[in-house]
Amino acid sequence: MYALYDFINFHFIPGLVLGSIYALGAIGVTLTFGILRFANFAHGESMTLGAYIAWTLITLTGWHPIAVLPLAMLITAVVAVGIDRGFYKPFRAAPTIMLVIASFGMMLMVRSAIQFSWGVQLKSLQSGIQQPLILFDAIRISPKHVVIVGAALALMVIIHLILSRTKMGKAMRAMSDSPELAKLTGIDTEQVIRNTWIIGGALAAAAGVLLAYDTHVETMMGFQVLLPVFAAAILGGIGKPYGAMIGGLIIGLAEELATYPWIGDTPLVSPGYKAGVAFVLMIGILLWRPSGIMRGRTF
Amino acid sequence: MDALYGYSLYFVSLLTMGGIYAVLCLGLNVQWGFAGLFNAGIGGFFAIGAYATALLTTAPSARHIGGFEINTLVAYGVSMLAAGLVAWGVGKVCLRLRSDYLAIATIGAAEVVRLIFKNETDVTNGPRGVSAIPKPFETLPEPWNHIAFLAIVLAAVAIAYWALQIAQRSPWGRVMTAIRENEPAVRAAGKDVERFRMEGFVLGAMLMGLAGAFMSQYLKFVDPNLSDPLTATFLVWVMLVVGGSANNKGAVLGAVLIWTLWSASEIVTGSLPDEWAVRTAYARIFLIGLMLQIFLQKYPLGIFPEKRPRPPRSERDANAPVGSK
Repeated sequence: MYALYDFINFHFIPGLVLGSIYALGAIGVTLTFGILRFANFAHGESMTLGAYIAWTLITLTGWHPIAVLPLAMLITAVVAVGIDRGFYKPFRAAPTIMLVIASFGMMLMVRSAIQFSWGVQLKSLQSGIQQPLILFDAIRISPKHVVIVGAALALMVIIHLILSRTKMGKAMRAMSDSPELAKLTGIDTEQVIRNTWIIGGALAAAAGVLLAYDTHVETMMGFQVLLPVFAAAILGGIGKPYGAMIGGLIIGLAEELATYPWIGDTPLVSPGYKAGVAFVLMIGILLWRPSGIMRGRTF
Repeated sequence: MDALYGYSLYFVSLLTMGGIYAVLCLGLNVQWGFAGLFNAGIGGFFAIGAYATALLTTAPSARHIGGFEINTLVAYGVSMLAAGLVAWGVGKVCLRLRSDYLAIATIGAAEVVRLIFKNETDVTNGPRGVSAIPKPFETLPEPWNHIAFLAIVLAAVAIAYWALQIAQRSPWGRVMTAIRENEPAVRAAGKDVERFRMEGFVLGAMLMGLAGAFMSQYLKFVDPNLSDPLTATFLVWVMLVVGGSANNKGAVLGAVLIWTLWSASEIVTGSLPDEWAVRTAYARIFLIGLMLQIFLQKYPLGIFPEKRPRPPRSERDANAPVGSK
């Protein structure tokens, strides 16, 4: 019985938390990949930037991380649109691989700008230790984790409503499914692109803040989750936001469950290789079904 | 006189590092310039080469496997093979998909390589790395040992440059250019596009492995941070884009130029007071990133633009516009 509780407390719940963070990050990646047709390497740094902005806002106001979340999302979205204007827009007509190089350069530029402005010391969004909530005498859930999963779910519902109920959301999905057809129907592509960056940047910031709330604020945090987030987007199917949500949850759970001692007493995958789990899953999906779970685009 | 000697030694070390980066950059030129493949994990192949040479040439040690004390030239060959083999594996999965997937997979492969070198402590001594790597000619008196090692690196640059110049002008090189420019046409001509891509990707990775082998000997020490995306991958991209993609001369001169800027700016930031030294070190990364963006947008051909081999004289005359000589 203890083994089951350990499994839930130390593997399943952390997996859900990590998974919902990855899901938020992967939605932005899959939308930019689907609509702008390129893998945005700077996406992880948007997450880092969001977390640092939130840290500054918390330091200034003393509010709870969730309370400053909307403002951090807004500021990051504005920065994302600005970066697109200055560094990606000139390549709209160029081969998309130029955008990949530009975003790769952007990744280092944003990170160094963060390191320049905030320094490289670890920071945390909230100090002090919280008492876990105890269910059925054995399942221990940190209140933090409830907040993170709750906030992530709320954001995913909002994204679902935007994509399915608003005209702009429909235009975005149309462009992701078939850019040529979308243009023929008279969709304002520049506006769709701008909205993609706003949604992608805002969700990246949210993912960064929630990740920092769970662990801490660090300049390499975005780069460290970049690979799992890409893996989640590919697993879910490129251009499919719902696929990205499922993919994120699967990758997060897989990373945490892989370290559970499934066979014998030692972890199945040594914790040192946790970061490699996403890579192995990604290679597997590329070999077996490159279009992903939701049958997204393959290029 | 002492100052002059110091400057000369700095110049030798500058050229040695520039030469190692030139080999890396020539490798990337085969992958990106010739074949149009985006490699975001140069550091991974570089580190594989470095560790292969480190583990093969060191004396026995309790901290890591090895003690083979193998001949340096053989170690270079094994380094190249090891990097090429990993490239083959990554290529097998990704080359049939669009270049973005290859970019994601290579950055992932570089991370996994770093994890392996970090976690397999019995084999690699983990994060503490492998030290006391023998360097060729290190028994020679100062400064000749440095100069002799520089000569090896420069010879490798010269051989790689010469071979790639011939390859670029050969039928193989022309097919590569054609694939990059118009893939359906090449397929229609009956060429095996995947095979050519794979050859370019593996050949480039082998050069990166060789650069890693030189690096391990130059530093006499390797650790998992050798695959750092900043110094091992990003800088090489800046070098190639600034120097000129698909131009071997551009790759070599871009490497030397950017390394000189990088190294000289480090001297400037290092001489500042402490509270500024750390911050300006990051400003330096920002500026070199900005330089990449400016070149990508304004001068996408780089300092030395790609030169197409001239067609034979008879065709040139036939295709010449009317009225020109």
